[in-house]
Amino acid sequence: MCDRFRHLLRVCCVGSFLGLLLAAAPVLHAQAAGPGPESHGVSGAPTTSDARLLALEKQNTDLKTSIASAQTAGDNGWMLVSSALVLMMSGPGLTLFYGGLVRRKNILGTMMQTFAMMGVITVLWALVGYSLAFGENTGHLGSVIGSFQNALLHGVGLVPDGVYVTTIPLQTFMVYQLMFAIITPALITGAFAERMKFSSTVVFLTLWAVFVYSPMAHMVWGKGGLLNAALGGKFPCLDFAGGTVVHVTSGVSALVTCLYMGKRIGYPKVAMPPHSVVLSFVGACLLWVGWFGFNAGSALNSGSLATSAFVTTHFAAAAAACAWTAAEWLKTGKPTALGAISGCVAGLVGITPAAGFVTPISALWIGLLTGAFCFSMVFFVKSKFGYDDSLDAFGVHGAGGTLGALLTGIFANSTINPILGAGKATGLLEGNAHQLLNQATGVAIAWVLSIVGTLILLVVVDKTMGLRVSAADEEEGLDLSQHGEEGYHSEFTGAH
Amino acid sequence: MQKIEAVIQPGKLEAVKEALIEIGVEGLTILEARGHGRQKGHTEFYRGREYSVDLLPKIKIETVVVDELVEKVIRAILTAAQTGSIGDGKIFVTRIDDAIRIRNEDRGDAAL
Repeated sequence: MCDRFRHLLRVCCVGSFLGLLLAAAPVLHAQAAGPGPESHGVSGAPTTSDARLLALEKQNTDLKTSIASAQTAGDNGWMLVSSALVLMMSGPGLTLFYGGLVRRKNILGTMMQTFAMMGVITVLWALVGYSLAFGENTGHLGSVIGSFQNALLHGVGLVPDGVYVTTIPLQTFMVYQLMFAIITPALITGAFAERMKFSSTVVFLTLWAVFVYSPMAHMVWGKGGLLNAALGGKFPCLDFAGGTVVHVTSGVSALVTCLYMGKRIGYPKVAMPPHSVVLSFVGACLLWVGWFGFNAGSALNSGSLATSAFVTTHFAAAAAACAWTAAEWLKTGKPTALGAISGCVAGLVGITPAAGFVTPISALWIGLLTGAFCFSMVFFVKSKFGYDDSLDAFGVHGAGGTLGALLTGIFANSTINPILGAGKATGLLEGNAHQLLNQATGVAIAWVLSIVGTLILLVVVDKTMGLRVSAADEEEGLDLSQHGEEGYHSEFTGAH
Repeated sequence: MQKIEAVIQPGKLEAVKEALIEIGVEGLTILEARGHGRQKGHTEFYRGREYSVDLLPKIKIETVVVDELVEKVIRAILTAAQTGSIGDGKIFVTRIDDAIRIRNEDRGDAAL
C-alpha cells in the first residue's frame, strides 16, 4: 500500500506536469483542495519562468493532497465497511450459529453471552482496552503489553498515525480492532454453553479481554510487540488477521474453560441435539460474508492486498466445506448441513492468519487441510477424551487456528506480500524454514498465555462469585433462570 | 354421537380436511402431535453424535359426528390418508354421552 502511494507520488513528480495536469484536471476540480484559478495559468500565459515555476510547485502540492485524499476516501470506505462486517460476525452471525446449536431453553442465554461482549468490550475498549493492546510502551514490558497512553482514546484522532495506518484515520483502525476484541471472547462461550451464570460470564470474559486478549494482540500487532512481523518484533510471526490472536487464544481458552467447569448435567448420556440447525445455517453464512471484512479488511487499505486476502478467504472456506462434507459422507453415509457449515467455519479459521500472505491455490490447500483436521478433532478426538466442548469452540477455533498459523509459515509467499523485505523468501516452500519456527513460537506463546491466563481468571471468578448455575437452573435453562424470559413458548421434542 | 380421532401423516392433512368437509362434517379440531406406533423413528447425526428420534411429527384430527355419519367419516379418512406404508396412522372411535354448545346451550346432536 505504501509502495503504491510512493509510486504514485514519484510519477507525479517526474516528467511532464502538463500532461498529468490535463489528465488530472477533473479530479482536481472535484477535490476539496481545489487548485484555484492558477490551474488555468499553466496552459494560459505566465509571464516569466519564475511565475511558471511557482505555479507548477503549487500544482505539485495540490496534486499530492488530492491523491492522498482520494486514497483516504477509498481506503477508509472499505475499512468502515469491514468494521461493520466484523461486528456482523458477532451479532447476528455468531449468536445465530451458537444459538441454533444449543437446546431451545438456552437460546437467549447463549445469544446474550455474545451480545454482552458487543456492549461491555466496547466500553472497555474505550477506557483501556485499545491502549493496552496498541498503546506504545517504551518500558521493559513493551514487547508484551501496551500502555495507558491511549486510555480514554487519548490521541486516537481522525488522522493517520503513520505507524499502524498511513491512509486512514487512526480512529477507523481503533474501531476496526474493537470488533476483533468483541468476537474473540464471544467465541469462547461455545465451550461452556448452557451452564455458566450470566454475571460470571460477563466478568470472566471482560477480565479475559484485558489479561489474555490485549497482551496477545499487542505482541502480534502492537508497536514493539515481541511477535510483530511488520514492526520489527524479535520473533516475526505472520498472523494476517488473527489466527493466533483470535482463534488460538479463544479456542485454547475454550478448552481450558470446559475442562475446568466440567460437563453439562447428563452429558453425554442425555441427548442434546441442536434445537435449530436452520438458525446455525443462517449464522454460518453470515460468518462467511463477515469474514471478508475480518480478513480482507486486515490489509488496512482497499488495494490489491485486500483483493488477495478476499480471494484466499473465500477459497479456503469453500475447500474446507467440501473437505468436511466429504469426510462426513464417507464416515457416516450422509452429508449433513451442520457438517457443511462447520467445515466452512473451520476453513475460515484456518485461512485467517494466512489470508494476506498466500496464493489462491495455497488457500485451497489450507482450507482442505483445516477442514479435514477440524472434522477429525470434532468426530474422534472429542469423543475419545470425553470433554464437553459443547459447541466445538476448541475443535474448530483452537485446532483450526493452530494448524492455520503453522500452515502460514509453510505457504507464505513473498510475491503476494513481501513482509520480510522485497524478494526475501517468506514461507517454508520458498526456502525459509525459519519462518515455521517463528510461527510455532507464536502459537506456543498463544497456547501458554491462554492456558495460564484463563486458568487463573477462572479460579478467581469461581472463588469470588461462582461460575456455574445451580443444577436446578441448568435443568430449567439459561433463558428462564438467568434472564427471566423464553425464546419460544412451547416445549416439545422427541429426541433423546 | 361418536368421536373419531385420527392420527395421520402431516402431509395428508389438506386431503383429509377436504374429504371431511365434502361429506358434511361441520366441525373439527386439528392438533400438531408427536408419536409413534410400529414405525420406530429414525436416526439423526449432529457433528458425529448419533441421536435416535422415535417421536415423529403427526397430525391428530378430532371430530364428533352423529351416528349415521361415522362410517362415511372413516371411509373418507381412509381414502384420503392411506398410502399403504408404515406410519400412515390410526383411527379411534369412541361413544360420546353428550355435547353442549356453549353459546346457546344446545344439547345432543343439535350441538354438533
